[in-house]
Amino acid sequence: MTAQPAAKMELSRNAHEAARRTAPHVTIRGLSKHFSDATIYDNFDFDIPRGKLMSVFGPNGCGKSTLINMIAGLIPVDAGEILFDGQPLSQIKFGYVFQNYREAMFPWLRAFDNIAYPLKVMGVSKSERTARVEKIVANLNVKIDLNLYPYQMSGGQQQLVSIMRALIVEPEILFLDEPFSALDYEMTLFMREQLQRVFVETSTTTVLVSHDLEEAVYLSDRILLLSRHPARAVEFVHYDAPRPRTLQTMSEADFISTKAHCLEVFQREVRKG
Amino acid sequence: MIALKRLQILLPFVGIAVLLAVWSLTVWARIVDPVLLPSPVSTFRAMWIGMTSGKLGVDFLKTVERTIYSTAIAAIIAIPFGILLGSSEKVYRSVEFVIDFFRSTPASAMFPLFLVLFGVGDRTKISVAAFGAALVILFNVAYGVMNARKTRILAARVMGASRLRILWDVMLLESLPQTFVGLRNGVSLALVIVVVAEMFIGSTDGLGQSVFEAQQLFNMPDMYAAIFAAGALGYGLNLLFLTIERRFVHWSGK
Repeated sequence: MTAQPAAKMELSRNAHEAARRTAPHVTIRGLSKHFSDATIYDNFDFDIPRGKLMSVFGPNGCGKSTLINMIAGLIPVDAGEILFDGQPLSQIKFGYVFQNYREAMFPWLRAFDNIAYPLKVMGVSKSERTARVEKIVANLNVKIDLNLYPYQMSGGQQQLVSIMRALIVEPEILFLDEPFSALDYEMTLFMREQLQRVFVETSTTTVLVSHDLEEAVYLSDRILLLSRHPARAVEFVHYDAPRPRTLQTMSEADFISTKAHCLEVFQREVRKG
Repeated sequence: MIALKRLQILLPFVGIAVLLAVWSLTVWARIVDPVLLPSPVSTFRAMWIGMTSGKLGVDFLKTVERTIYSTAIAAIIAIPFGILLGSSEKVYRSVEFVIDFFRSTPASAMFPLFLVLFGVGDRTKISVAAFGAALVILFNVAYGVMNARKTRILAARVMGASRLRILWDVMLLESLPQTFVGLRNGVSLALVIVVVAEMFIGSTDGLGQSVFEAQQLFNMPDMYAAIFAAGALGYGLNLLFLTIERRFVHWSGK
């Protein structure tokens, strides 16, 4: 008699945990956004899966960046609801990496203090901040002199610092808006590996906007293909190649067919416009 | 090659050498009446004597003092107001005309008004100069804050920084390079106004008075000496602010 309610509660908690593990991380419902000359989103629904690296890919101007900017609260929505495990954005910790690292870093702070800055905003003590930055540097095996100012670093180093700044708060979700498009190819390859390593280490739900299909497929578990605006989810492609993926992965049949399929869908959407 | 590089250090002195040569030649050939144009040697002798044992040194320090005071007063008033105005573009647009109008008004036209307000003394000179400098500084600070990189502000916002923290941690630092542009322009303008005020508003000291008095007495070497002293002061103040800027706003232009 007495044990029963406890057992029931135990069961329901387990069920709840299990549901949480498989439930989508972010639910987008009825999202609408108009700019003066165009309707970018009209009653858009989408679920972002938990613990996956998801890329957003689509024709130019279809609203790839607009989507993550609305999810991350950088630009307001006209209508609709975006919830993170049922909670609004204000209740969660998230990281955002900008395309333009030069303008997103604080040039008056050394790289170390740039990484620690979000913790300062949160009111974390100085000693704790230092400890946490040192920890993330060790975890990611970063070999950069963090006493330098951002303008003394290469583009790739700055973007790596910027990714660490986004990760320092241990975010539940990480957004990256074309993070490597301002880097040269050599640095882009290196940074893809860095991002993959971060993802393998932390399994943080990650949303990446990319204009490079090769990059999108290579890095992602899921690829969201958008139509021209008003954007619809044309297809949600799964790509489950094991990690760590290497340059070898890109010559495997699975990768090539996935990429070809995405390209086909993309070109069909482009021609529609 | 190395010898050539070493010679390049001398480049800035070429202009000075040419100026002195042309000047000496003009005096030597008596192209200009020697009463109007003394030789470089007699001018620099007058400057040396004036600065070390004469009244020129006292005048120099007096002008420095007035310029620094007026720039400091201008900065103390204009920087906080500039930040306040710049943090809201709507507020700035509403007072932009007034600022631009008075910024365009020659400060020397304000002398009579300030004379009525503050009388014939240091207070008038310093306050007119501060008035002129303040508007230049205000305008630059406000624009510095307004033109803060949007991405940087957004970056702070996604980290959850409050409006006040963004103003303090981001906009203020973003505006520093432009603030220094304002300070350098402000101090130059303050010096101009102080020197003019010293000439015409019943002064007994200062570089302006020194130039004016030497002219009245037709003491040309002393007059040129005072002009060069004023030039050196202007150049020195600009250099001082540039040095401070390089030290504290190390990211400027990068």
